[in-house]
Amino acid sequence: MSVKLSTRQVGDVSVIDVTGRITLGEGSSALRDSLRELVGNNQKKILLNLGDVSYIDSSGIGELVSGFTTVTNAGGQLKLLNLSKRVKDLLQITKLYTVFDVHDDEAAAVRSFA
Amino acid sequence: MAENSRSARETVERTLDSTLESVDSAEELASELAGRAGFDDEDLLKIGMAVRESMVNAVVHGNRYNAHKKVRLAVSGGERRLTVKIADEGEGFDIEHLPDPLAPDNLLRSSGRGIFLIRSFMDEFQIRRLEGGGVELTLVKYQAGK
Repeated sequence: MSVKLSTRQVGDVSVIDVTGRITLGEGSSALRDSLRELVGNNQKKILLNLGDVSYIDSSGIGELVSGFTTVTNAGGQLKLLNLSKRVKDLLQITKLYTVFDVHDDEAAAVRSFA
Repeated sequence: MAENSRSARETVERTLDSTLESVDSAEELASELAGRAGFDDEDLLKIGMAVRESMVNAVVHGNRYNAHKKVRLAVSGGERRLTVKIADEGEGFDIEHLPDPLAPDNLLRSSGRGIFLIRSFMDEFQIRRLEGGGVELTLVKYQAGK
């Protein structure tokens, strides 16, 4: 299974629900396209729900970082929601866990956007 | 049946095209063989990821998707260890000069974490430049309790 992304609005926050694998190729490029589209539409508050992401490789991690940089440089905020233990472990060993604002509760995550 | 057959030595070799499909099939093959060798789910995930990163290195950075260049994969399991060798036909690279992905200045780079992850997930990792071109990565994982 590759990746499936769907975007919904919760107030002024765009929530991207990601399902499947974020790996080199289709998975990471789909994530990149979604984030760029939101930034292009001037969305400043983006919450990436990774609760149903079963697998992520170094390319996927790179896309998370690249997305974070893209959104931040556009004056927005990218936050992460519902990390699985696997994804959380990956972000910790790559020292990226503290770079991202990570949440376990969607309502609290939405409220956390300034 | 399980114990004897799971500990028996088994080796599988493949010559693969320089495609992302080969990355998927190598990961799958190594994970299946490691599973038959008795590795637990946590180790299977680590082995699968390390093989995936090694294959991406060979296909993308080594052979650069060149249809005329192949990747040689050898997976050997049994005796409480798994050995994976992945060789490309690329230009090679100097592992001593790879940027440290954990350095503060590199944290927000979008690439450069593959070799780091392989080292993190496997017990042994070697890289060897091949005569005639190409690089061979050797990955070893021991079962817990070894």
